[in-house]
Amino acid sequence: MPVNIFLVLGMGLAVGYMSGMFGIGGGFLMTPLLIFIGVSPAVAVASVAGHIAASSFSGAINYWNRRALDVALALMLLGAGILGTATGVWLFTVLRALDQLDLIIGLSYVTLLTVVGAIMIHESVRAIIRAYHGMPATVRRPGSHTWLHGLPFKVRFKRSKIYVSAIPVWAIGFLIGFIGAIMGIGGGFLLVPMLIYFLRVPTATVIGTSMVLTLVTMASATVMHAATNHLVDAVLALILMVGGVVGAQFGARTGQKMRGERLRLLLGLLVFAVGLRFAYELMVQPDDLYSIRYTEGG
Amino acid sequence: MRRIVFVLSMLTIACGGGPADAERLVVSLSNPRVAITSNFVGDKLVLFGTVEPDAGKTGPPPAYDLVVTVVGPRQTLRTRRKQRVLGIWVNVDSREFVRVPSYLAILSNRPVAQIASPDILRRLQIGLDNFLLPQRIGPDIADTVRDDPFRHAFVQLQSQHGLYRQNADAVTFLTPAVFRAAISLPADVPVGNYAVDVKLFVGGGLVGRTNASLAVTKTGFEQYVAEAARDNGLLYGFATMLMALFTGWLASVVFKRD
Repeated sequence: MPVNIFLVLGMGLAVGYMSGMFGIGGGFLMTPLLIFIGVSPAVAVASVAGHIAASSFSGAINYWNRRALDVALALMLLGAGILGTATGVWLFTVLRALDQLDLIIGLSYVTLLTVVGAIMIHESVRAIIRAYHGMPATVRRPGSHTWLHGLPFKVRFKRSKIYVSAIPVWAIGFLIGFIGAIMGIGGGFLLVPMLIYFLRVPTATVIGTSMVLTLVTMASATVMHAATNHLVDAVLALILMVGGVVGAQFGARTGQKMRGERLRLLLGLLVFAVGLRFAYELMVQPDDLYSIRYTEGG
Repeated sequence: MRRIVFVLSMLTIACGGGPADAERLVVSLSNPRVAITSNFVGDKLVLFGTVEPDAGKTGPPPAYDLVVTVVGPRQTLRTRRKQRVLGIWVNVDSREFVRVPSYLAILSNRPVAQIASPDILRRLQIGLDNFLLPQRIGPDIADTVRDDPFRHAFVQLQSQHGLYRQNADAVTFLTPAVFRAAISLPADVPVGNYAVDVKLFVGGGLVGRTNASLAVTKTGFEQYVAEAARDNGLLYGFATMLMALFTGWLASVVFKRD
């Protein structure tokens, strides 16, 4: 499929900039952008996985050097994450055979992005209002126990200084791996809040740990997509990677200068807008009601 | 781009098991091997040919009509139809076209309907409407009526991509017995072997037939990547992953700030 190399490189830079600024993988922005410029959703999802693996590896090295990474927690999330990814890739193959893959990718984006976007906007607007009235920005503090802490199979994670049941850890890892394989997103923007609110992981180790998980799920998704669906476009992925890792470095510098709640509001608006764009795409009548898919010999 | 390279060794001479008073057709393709490189934007080939009347015949040659059918490698494709369900557009119905040409061109010197009767055109599969496009319908595989909505949509979509075409002025007679036919290949032309079938008509009847072939191949890096992705999926996946890790590592080294 002919796409402009410079357009893709520019998109890699722009998305990389935002991912550096907000501390996210950027897959949820990159995949939709590729779909909007005409790359088939299936190829976009599979190739973006490689791109996210690259940017999260570069991030993970950084956090490793600063010892801001909980290896034990990451390993347990990973085991579940790989299971989730394999299940996701399997479902991806089934849906593709049923001609419903593009629809499911679209619907997942609409649901996830509008909901997450709305929550982020709501939360950050409240924080901004509180800051305006001179109150402390964060009211809710991690530390209180929830029902999740009453579950059996408790494990102690030394570096994060938490003592939690293995069940929610496995559940979160599985969910992120599954969503990542189907939607072509690393899931960092979901994983970080989940680790903070459900497992009470301290902010010092949360981003580094999340990056390791993103790295491994996306790297294994790349391999699995290539082996089962033959959809990974290595040339496309390479162009995205180069743009992405460079953009991320500059984005990170801008991000450090901005106020946290402003940053979250911007990110929330962005997430919400992408979700609306997907909803529009599904609801407007397509130019041609018929489409062709190669089943063999292509 | 128009490449006219005569490859006389490719001359294909055939008399065909057709009518008794068969005319001899001699054709040659300007470029029997098309190589797709990274900057390939489509190609135009020329098929040259002459009609040699039967040795016993005398007098001026009759008015010839010529139909060239180019058939690309066979593929199985699925055509899907969208419909609005609860406000969103969903693929609700699909039909599989089994082993149909990935490229199909029907080239002639005038509209095929004027060349021969509908009966003969159907029997010889001349024209997009008459070419057999078998669909899987339940357990059976059969072609449908030409105004079947799926068949119509399929031909239209393929035509939009330049893969199916019917052109009534692609064949020109330079002299009453010497002709040339222009074959256009789009940028995303499928790779494989193409069969070129040349049919000669006089007064609505088939008097001669011959064929030639051409090959479309990919060359260079694209070919290598495409083949690797198809044949060694797992290896290709690992290579892509290692490439990702390397890029990530390189970035963290290059942009290291202390």
